[in-house]
Amino acid sequence: MQAELDRRFFLKATLLAGGTLALDLSVPLARAAGGAPAVLNAFIRIAPDNIVTIGAKNPEIGQGVRTMLPMLIAEELDVDWAQVRIEQTIADQKIYGPQVAGGSRSTPTNWLPLRRVGAAARAMLVEAAAHQWGVEASTLTTGSGKVFHKASGRSIPYAELAPTAATLPAPDPEKVALKPDTAFTIIGHSKMGVDTPAIVSGKPLFGIDTTMPGMVYAAIEICPMFGGTLKSHAQGLEKSMAGVIATVPLNSGYDPKGPADAVAIVANSWWTANQAREALAAEWNPPAQGLQSTEGYEKAAAMTLEQPPQQSLFQSGDVDAALKGAAKTISATYGYPFLAHGTLEPMNCTALYTDGKIELWAPTQRPEGGRDEIAEALGLPREAILIHMTRIGGGFGRRLLNDYMVQVAQIAKALPGRPVKMIYNRTDDIRHDFYRPAGWHKLTAGLDDKGRLIALRDHFVSFGTDGRPIRAAEMSPQEPPARLIDHVDYGMSLLETTMPTGWLRAPTSNAMAFTFQSFLDEVAAAAKTDLPDLMRTILGEARKLPGEGRNPPFDTGRAHAVIDKVCAMAGWGKAGAPKGRGFGFYFSHMGYFAEVVDISVTDGIVKVDKVWVAGDVGRHVINPINAVNQVEGSVIDGLGQALAGQKIELVDGAVVQSNFHDFPLQRIDARPAIETAFVLSDNDPTGLGEPALPPVIPALVNAIFAATGKRVRSLPITTDMLTA
Amino acid sequence: MAYDLMINGQPRRVSATEDKPLLWVLREDLDMPGTKFGCGAGLCGACTVHVDGMAMRSCQLPIAEAVGKTITTIEHVASTPQGKAISESWVALDVPQCGYCQAGQIMSATALLSENPQPSDEEIESAMSGNICRCATYTRIRSAIRQAAGIDAKEVRHAG
Repeated sequence: MQAELDRRFFLKATLLAGGTLALDLSVPLARAAGGAPAVLNAFIRIAPDNIVTIGAKNPEIGQGVRTMLPMLIAEELDVDWAQVRIEQTIADQKIYGPQVAGGSRSTPTNWLPLRRVGAAARAMLVEAAAHQWGVEASTLTTGSGKVFHKASGRSIPYAELAPTAATLPAPDPEKVALKPDTAFTIIGHSKMGVDTPAIVSGKPLFGIDTTMPGMVYAAIEICPMFGGTLKSHAQGLEKSMAGVIATVPLNSGYDPKGPADAVAIVANSWWTANQAREALAAEWNPPAQGLQSTEGYEKAAAMTLEQPPQQSLFQSGDVDAALKGAAKTISATYGYPFLAHGTLEPMNCTALYTDGKIELWAPTQRPEGGRDEIAEALGLPREAILIHMTRIGGGFGRRLLNDYMVQVAQIAKALPGRPVKMIYNRTDDIRHDFYRPAGWHKLTAGLDDKGRLIALRDHFVSFGTDGRPIRAAEMSPQEPPARLIDHVDYGMSLLETTMPTGWLRAPTSNAMAFTFQSFLDEVAAAAKTDLPDLMRTILGEARKLPGEGRNPPFDTGRAHAVIDKVCAMAGWGKAGAPKGRGFGFYFSHMGYFAEVVDISVTDGIVKVDKVWVAGDVGRHVINPINAVNQVEGSVIDGLGQALAGQKIELVDGAVVQSNFHDFPLQRIDARPAIETAFVLSDNDPTGLGEPALPPVIPALVNAIFAATGKRVRSLPITTDMLTA
Repeated sequence: MAYDLMINGQPRRVSATEDKPLLWVLREDLDMPGTKFGCGAGLCGACTVHVDGMAMRSCQLPIAEAVGKTITTIEHVASTPQGKAISESWVALDVPQCGYCQAGQIMSATALLSENPQPSDEEIESAMSGNICRCATYTRIRSAIRQAAGIDAKEVRHAG
């Protein structure tokens, strides 16, 4: 539904872009004789040497959109990829439509709109050729950036037509003809990341690399206790410390009226600013809610799980009666911790405030959100805020929240006319994140006398206020096996927290896949079957279950296909398969993924030997070389969540973890062999940044059970769990 | 105070406090932002440079200790045969995702091949274990090192 809305909005936006085209024309027309690049629409310029510059509209966080989205335009424009240059657009959704790197939605929301952008420009070029040659447009063909008239053997490069084409009215994007899939020469063909050569040679690309004359640097001391306020700090550092320029007390960002205080130190070097933090000697008042701890949350959750749920999420059939009449029941409690994002490029942003206007160079996944929050915090009209999108050294959902943009905007406003680059150090980055919320589940399943799953109950304990889960702490009422078996009862209870929470790659799914696919593996064992077969039975015949709210429809046939595929790849159930083998399936972000993991365990240490992945993201894998990279990265990321020891703990209202020694990320020695296959189904392509991650976690813990007989019901996995 | 450094074959004079790490000297004073800040504690490897041919974490090297040493950064790594081979295989296999860690990965990989032209998988993993890739491009990092070393590693298709 949301995707549909975005698509409609986007088309309207492209038409608007067509309107601005007319305004642009006075300039290109005047310059046309001199051969200046001709502007065909907001995304496409064609230069006299037939070099085509295509605008990349979305933030690049490593998911490959800076390459993939322009591929869609280039395909329908009918040019060779070698003649294409990519240029990052500025942030302006009125021109470019939604510019968000989130929810793996760049592919489904742009698949048709950006192809139409290319096709509309192609139609204008063909029309220009038809005029020039005095022939019908329908007699012309295109290819490699040229228009051809087969009957006369004539051809002309786009560059010679572009100045005229730019004066033509843009066609209705919804009515332009698109290529048949069989004619694709770019979509489905591997294209190297457009920035790869620059990355490899160390060119400045990232937000943190922004530099400009007269720039000063800011370090930031944020109240360590969430919700705390500034009590005092040393004054006059700019007089007592060489290199320090100013100290700027500020409100810590994202929620402009929020209570999280901070003090920025501005200096002529970031090193100097960061070193001055000790001398700043900031003191803080605790939050009004008191000093909370994760230990306290765990105790409260354990008690709450035993009470009736505070609210119902989903009910079908009669779970009480079904469980009472069940031949066998299975119960277990699952839990998972708060997690930080740990993007390798720490939070940073550069800003210049001049005469009531502000310009930002922002590594952000959601620039328009940053614009809104800065407008509110600084009391500026949205039009006074110009946002440049830099390449981003990792997103994973952290940069959907723009606290760091608001912070640097506040600092820049205090130093008008001077560009300011603010950088978090690693400890700031880990201790001032928006964390994947912890959660707990008490599950009970009932089997009938034939071993069929007939009933499932879950009491989910999460965080929230006034009966509403906080950000990323919700559970979908449609969580399978809801709607797939007869008797289901999902209830939810919410604890209060001061922890700021947010979306972490495959949000909610990364936790729900672990919980439900691990528990269903227990159910399968009790039913004397295995998880792939249990899933096949639960999924039943191929059909489409309707979506609801932000949930897309769920196609059980597509689920069956990836389950069958991965089982065939791994030789699931065949004689001689390794003992430590586990399976997981999950549907998220419109992608269907089934995975098999082989492990071995020695002295409580898990070694992942091999992972097989079968995924269905539609009828085309747009850029295969990147698609495989995304899947492999997702798999290792998911394994790291479970195995590397990741958890964020709160003590006395503040986060304990401080760097990669106590919030460890997966390293190269934990890298398994990974075999990936895509099942092509007759559906429009969807995104790949997230959906391969969730199923690897249950596949891993199910493999651990197969190898050791020990059930992992809480993350992260520790050696003690497996040796006790 | 002023320090004379030898960076990428060029003498450079920098004015800084003696404890300023080479990382920040490169990024702020010498306008060479290819070397990246990741953790500031020698834990992630994003800031790896070569000091007298050895891979070192520049966030842990005060400028005063860099004097008299030969320093090579990502901007100049392709000037040696090993660095060139590594850079080319990184491009051929399209290793990066976000790309932020890759300068450090390339510096560590180049130092490895300079010392050990035919590393085993275990030697690759040992030499590269100090470099974190948050996007987890490890499969391709290993393949790219094998390819640069001339060890057959056809695990990933070439980019078109």
